[in-house]
Amino acid sequence: MTIAPLCPTPIMQHETVQMAHGAGGRLSQALMQRVFMPHLHNAFLDLLDDQAKLDLPPGRVAFTTDSYVVSPVFFPGGNIGELAVNGTVNDLAVGGARPLYLSAGFVLEEGFSLAELETIVKSMADAARKAGVMVVTGDTKVVGKGQCDKIFINTSGIGVIREGVNLSCRNLASGDTIILSGTVGDHGMAIMTSREGLSFQSRITSDCAALNAMIAAVLDVVPAVHAMRDPTRGGVAATLNELAVSSGVGIEINEMTVPVKADVRGACELLGVDPLHVANEGKLVVAVAAADAATVLEVMRSFAEGRDAVIIGSVVDLHPGMVVMRTAFGSSRIIDLPLGEQLPRIC
Amino acid sequence: MKYIDEYRDPKLARKLLDEIRRTATRHWTIMEICGGQTHSIMRNGIDQLLPDTIELVHGPGCPVCVTPLESIERALLIAARKEVIFTSFGDMLRVPGSSKDLFMVRSEGGDVRILFSPLDALQIARDNPAKEVVFFAVGFETTAPANAMAVWQAAREGIENFSVLVSQVMVPPAMRAILSSPGNRVQGFLAAGHVCAVMGYEEYEPVAREFQVPIVPTGFEPVDLLAGILKTVELLEEGRAEVVNRYGRVVSREGNRVAQELIDKVFEVTDRQWRGIGLIPGSGLALREVFDRFDAEKKFNVSHISATESPLCMSGSILQGTLKPDGCPAFARECTPEHPLGATMVSSEGACAAYYNYHRNFAL
Repeated sequence: MTIAPLCPTPIMQHETVQMAHGAGGRLSQALMQRVFMPHLHNAFLDLLDDQAKLDLPPGRVAFTTDSYVVSPVFFPGGNIGELAVNGTVNDLAVGGARPLYLSAGFVLEEGFSLAELETIVKSMADAARKAGVMVVTGDTKVVGKGQCDKIFINTSGIGVIREGVNLSCRNLASGDTIILSGTVGDHGMAIMTSREGLSFQSRITSDCAALNAMIAAVLDVVPAVHAMRDPTRGGVAATLNELAVSSGVGIEINEMTVPVKADVRGACELLGVDPLHVANEGKLVVAVAAADAATVLEVMRSFAEGRDAVIIGSVVDLHPGMVVMRTAFGSSRIIDLPLGEQLPRIC
Repeated sequence: MKYIDEYRDPKLARKLLDEIRRTATRHWTIMEICGGQTHSIMRNGIDQLLPDTIELVHGPGCPVCVTPLESIERALLIAARKEVIFTSFGDMLRVPGSSKDLFMVRSEGGDVRILFSPLDALQIARDNPAKEVVFFAVGFETTAPANAMAVWQAAREGIENFSVLVSQVMVPPAMRAILSSPGNRVQGFLAAGHVCAVMGYEEYEPVAREFQVPIVPTGFEPVDLLAGILKTVELLEEGRAEVVNRYGRVVSREGNRVAQELIDKVFEVTDRQWRGIGLIPGSGLALREVFDRFDAEKKFNVSHISATESPLCMSGSILQGTLKPDGCPAFARECTPEHPLGATMVSSEGACAAYYNYHRNFAL
């Protein structure tokens, strides 16, 4: 004989996250069944085991992790959910891997809106579908009001690196061409200008996007690309500096060639921020032998994410470990790493 | 972008550079007053493009740099108080006091917030009546009107939980101090465009006459700066100690009268300490007595706090144009933006930071 529970507690009685949602009991299950599974479900997740059991295609495995704490969680052009999927997909893809599986860990603040949580989960599912990856395992914890800011998400990802590709920040060689996939600073400025306390309105939207399809197409044609990076925190300036330092080479870029949208430029002027220091979430920096540059550029431009791709500079023998910009006036200046806190919690 | 691109036009810049080269028949030392101008010069490499005859030295016009150590110490004490929301322009948070900076106070639990306008601080005060909201009112004549407006509105609306920690300074007394100093090398000035937008340039005319120096109100974009330098060189070559405006799209002779009246209603002239330079008589602004209750120094009883500067830092000489940043033995060695010895390395407008960011010893 089974006894039906006398007092079932339907989840939708609550409009916000309760401590009990993370306690492993009935509410935890309800949260799983009503909010997470309808959107993220797949053959692995549906088993509800403590782990996903995966068969990987042959090749070296790439493994990465990133935590997302962006504020605000909803920003023009996206939300923390798609950011968490695309960011980890991109971290795998720039290593030459085909992204396959993700994990998702959620830390929820007591009182966070369940409707907003569902919107975020749905965006994650959409982003995963678009990028061709599956969320195969996950976890949810709830912390007391004020102990986190609405929602933090950690995603880890694994992918398999294709044969014959060796992308590394240590591979840059003198004479290489540096290609940038499009305009800089969109994500960081979208966040910055949507913050409370910044009393100006703008139409700047985040560039948050998965880059794995474009990267795969580039590597199909030119497997000998030397390095790829997605210039997130610290912007293009930080990425170029990392490449220059890791490879022990100098990089020279041309100020006139770096694309910046007019309203991003305007916001940067107003706030006194260098667009090269501002975060991107859907951009790619590629270092490739000069002879292959035109081919790579052509492939990138055939994708929406790379429509505005341009050559911004080259690798030089001079000033190893340093990035130098030729200004529009023919003078030069150092492009340094941004110092300290510029835009807190952008991703 | 309109009003920016035409002032960053490389062709126009080259034309102005050619004219400067043609006009200068001997060596001239010109000081740009404002830290914003210093940064634009270094960022665009204008110093590399000028002929050897023109030497630019960098002035004291960086509010973060000249805010005295004792004001920083007072800010740190106030910001650490439980009932206080301490608000400031971002740059001030990194300025080290004798043992910590405002970022450290924040990490220890102080409510320290970065704002872009003092009027936002006033809004925070309206929204948080149980808290004391303090704004760190630093800066030259450029920030004075908005700071005055915040106090004026607070008084009008009776917002008693708002106050300002004032460290306002003014340009002309600093120019007089530089020109009067025995080691002075400055022969002409680029006056700070934004300061002049508020104050006009009438008040520079007596300085030009008295010290026989040309003064040229100048903007911040490369073409603005080169036009300002060219005019200064022309005046120097012709021996004319005059004030000639080269920032006409923003600056008028009388300035912004409404802003000046507001400053005058809220503030009065006072003596003020300049970090690295010392006391300059009549160089500062303080709240008038009727606004006493908005004076954070008095409200939190920190007026007695004093502090002494590290003897290693040579920022006083930097700020007066007698030493260039890369002439300081500590530059880019003991003193870097991560570990600044003095304020000129901290502020985004500081001359040492500009040299470090854009030009520290690289082979070209």
